[in-house]
Amino acid sequence: MALPPLTASEMEASLHAWLDTEFTFYKVEELAAELALLARDDQDFILGWIRRIASTHITLAWQFGRRAPALLSRMERRLLDAWAIHTCDVFDRAGLQTALRAMEEVDSFDADQHRNDAAGALFDDIAPVLGNFVCGLAGRRLKLEQGDAAWTDGERIVLPPIFAALPCEADNFQLAKATVALQWAQTRFGTLRIDFAALGARYDDPERALSRLHALETLRLSARIAHELPGLHREMQRLRGALDPALPDAWAPLAAQLATPQATVDTSLDLLDAAYALDACPQWRDQGVLRPDAVATARAARIEKEKARLRIKLAALLEEHAAHDEAERDGADKPEIDVSVRDENGALDFEITLDGAPLAPPDDVRQLLTSVYLDFGNIPPEHLVPAGEGEYDPSLVFDQPEDPDAVWHGTYHEKGAELYPEWDHGRQHYRKNWCVMREKAVTPVYDDFVRDTLDRHAGLVRHLRRKFEALRDENRFEKRQPQGDEIDLDALIEALADARDGREMSDRLFVRLHRAERNIAVAFLVDMSGSTKGWINEAEREALVLLCEALECLGDRYAIYGFSGTTRKRCELFRIKTFDDAYDDEVRARISGIRPQEYTRMGFAIRHMTRLLNAVEAKTRVLVTLSDGRPDDYFDVYRGQYGVEDTRMALLEAARTGIHPFCITLDRDARDYLPHMYGAARYIILDDVRQLPLKVTDIYRRITT
Amino acid sequence: MDARTLDPAQHLIEKEPYYEPVGDEIQLFEAAWRQQIPVLLKGPTGCGKTRFMEHMAWRLKRPLITVSCHDDLTASDLVGRYLVKGGETVWVDGPLTRAVRAGGICYLDEIVEARKDTMVVIHPLADDRRTLPMEKLGQLVEAPPEFCLAISYNPGYQSVLKDLKQSTRQRFVALEFDYPAADLERRIVATESGVSDAVASNLVRFAQMTRNLKGSGLEEGASTRLLVHAAKLIADGVSPVAACRSAVAQAVTDDADMLKAIQELSSSIF
Repeated sequence: MALPPLTASEMEASLHAWLDTEFTFYKVEELAAELALLARDDQDFILGWIRRIASTHITLAWQFGRRAPALLSRMERRLLDAWAIHTCDVFDRAGLQTALRAMEEVDSFDADQHRNDAAGALFDDIAPVLGNFVCGLAGRRLKLEQGDAAWTDGERIVLPPIFAALPCEADNFQLAKATVALQWAQTRFGTLRIDFAALGARYDDPERALSRLHALETLRLSARIAHELPGLHREMQRLRGALDPALPDAWAPLAAQLATPQATVDTSLDLLDAAYALDACPQWRDQGVLRPDAVATARAARIEKEKARLRIKLAALLEEHAAHDEAERDGADKPEIDVSVRDENGALDFEITLDGAPLAPPDDVRQLLTSVYLDFGNIPPEHLVPAGEGEYDPSLVFDQPEDPDAVWHGTYHEKGAELYPEWDHGRQHYRKNWCVMREKAVTPVYDDFVRDTLDRHAGLVRHLRRKFEALRDENRFEKRQPQGDEIDLDALIEALADARDGREMSDRLFVRLHRAERNIAVAFLVDMSGSTKGWINEAEREALVLLCEALECLGDRYAIYGFSGTTRKRCELFRIKTFDDAYDDEVRARISGIRPQEYTRMGFAIRHMTRLLNAVEAKTRVLVTLSDGRPDDYFDVYRGQYGVEDTRMALLEAARTGIHPFCITLDRDARDYLPHMYGAARYIILDDVRQLPLKVTDIYRRITT
Repeated sequence: MDARTLDPAQHLIEKEPYYEPVGDEIQLFEAAWRQQIPVLLKGPTGCGKTRFMEHMAWRLKRPLITVSCHDDLTASDLVGRYLVKGGETVWVDGPLTRAVRAGGICYLDEIVEARKDTMVVIHPLADDRRTLPMEKLGQLVEAPPEFCLAISYNPGYQSVLKDLKQSTRQRFVALEFDYPAADLERRIVATESGVSDAVASNLVRFAQMTRNLKGSGLEEGASTRLLVHAAKLIADGVSPVAACRSAVAQAVTDDADMLKAIQELSSSIF
């Protein structure tokens, strides 16, 4: 049963609170009056969004509220959702002014033009599918990105946020697919090799020339697609029949020439003069736009770099090969590298021959060859000269990890950082790429801390060792098994006696070897926020020392990371021990070097550890966090419920991937938000810091057996 | 009707199993067999390793005993064990012992999956001793010249923990298998299933597309075996797109987006 609509005064109270009218002076009375006319369902929808957006920015929420009631009649709710989320994303990325502009764009929303939007294919929905689709087609790996229109620069394909030309969702998806395929074909079949700048200079009206050329190329590429991907071509023809006018008669002879199998990009260029003279110029909904500038920029950045990379890789390949048959070669003559390209039947394949003998190119070399081939239409011989010793500075050719500290000394950048989403509780949606995370190493401190700790806790260490040794699973024989390597004589004698007695004879007559296979990977995430200063930090470090001692005798794979951060722009994870590091003096010195840093932002750390853990091969994966209470960050909404909810979400995500999260909290007055925050994880609250060293190890023992 | 029951140690393959050589692997295998050197087959799943073994067994007229190794396979499973029968213990030979006694070809599929103690019995068989120690009987079975040991392993998706040890791999002559080149694969698909060349060539192109996806969401591209499955469905009247979906896409992934992407690839081709 539908609920009765809310009255204006009922809504006013909430609106006053959400929009903070005491300070903002928004006239919520008008809004409430307008909303009062709507059905309860619509009211709930709009009020829900006002509340959610208000948690991001009040002005945005107010603007949304003012516009939404009028929009309801002409926009699908799904689109209103998308619009609201999009505005918040823009706000996250570019601030209030840009977000307000994005919000205003909805006013120019022409219902007629968008009558199919309800059935539109949204970028977020189609990108994962089409990303894999385009990856399956041969050629350079292309990334899909969202932008203003459909275009490509040869390294990525940009698509508009929505494809909605047709009233049926499946058709719109097909249109998107055709668009992506045509953009892919541009990189694959040479369109992007055209020197657009020189071409434009030849004509009085470069714009006109460009659009004619685009049409010629679209005709040619469509014919290529007809040949390579006939199924897709059928779909394209069907969609074009519905969307685009028929090809002008004057273009028919051009199209016929471009449809021949011999047609290349040169054919289009040869025909351009003729096409330039024609008045009409066909356009198709799936052709996207040509962006010569973007193509040129990407190409310029790519070509020299890839040449260098290829030459370096070839040199490495050669060296590997020379080491192989050094005996046969006296090394005087330079080896001859030759690459033959086979570009037929839709597949692109390369064969490298070294002095006539074929060599299987590794995947990365094959990728580079593909890319070079697409740029030049062949492999230029100078690309095949192996790089000489020291000819290139590898640091310039290969992407280097950025120095994480440099960010704070010079201008801010996000290079080399990893971006993580964050759960915005108020918005009930993720903030995309919100946390800028960097991994840093803890500076090792070589002092007596570890030795002192072991001395001080000598008794405890002995006790722990004993306990952990007992944990070590050992190979042992299991008796009375239904299957096994050998016969269990005791069981057999018993069974025979039973049979004589007239009782049922057991079939569990074998001995089986049980093998110890403890296959656990565990990551420890240690709070390095400023609030741990003093006792807690000391206790954490001691706990880690004892833990490592115990874990070493178990042989579990483990990693230790510390986390801290100041605002979302500076989330830092400190490497103390990776899964691959051995527990050596350096790791001990890093444990000793753990120092309190900034604030407690936890979500990104859990998400990153989840990723690291999932990359490790293990039957059981455990994530243990060690913190001193409530998540908190500097002048940020993270303080309070937002942080609690984000942490909760991150733990849920971890649990969803099959990791077992376990949280240890040092908190004197075990607060009531903890059970909620640790929802997905098991947790324990310690009120005495001094317990920590013993407890952590003991807890670990309990959760992994 | 009754299914035939065969004793693998006695059974000889009667009909020539269809096999298209990619390189000189037949010649190499025959030479290794004559010279009594064991053979290691490397290559991704479904590229024809097992079929090759059947073909060689037919060619050399030796019985073929195949053991698919799993992580609980122990040395006793291969060599044999005592069982209880009517109050007495009876020794029963395992497949490896039977193959040695019969002078057959023993093919241990996915050997790295087996427990480490199996290596103990494989090693003496795989070098010039060519003997099978039967610890529990206190016997040593000497392999006749016709006996051949072949193992396979797929270097692609094994974890580092399950890598083949150098001491093992260096006893074998290694034959590397990969998906056949496009022309050959087309012929194989067409011959195995009876579809037209045009359909087979489209299937092969589709397979190449899925192989492009390897590493970006797919663990392994479509194998020749899957193509043959799809082709057989097509030959039986199933539409190509549906055949690719059931025989290939669903077989290589469970991921919804990836499934859809693979379907889009197949519908683009057919």
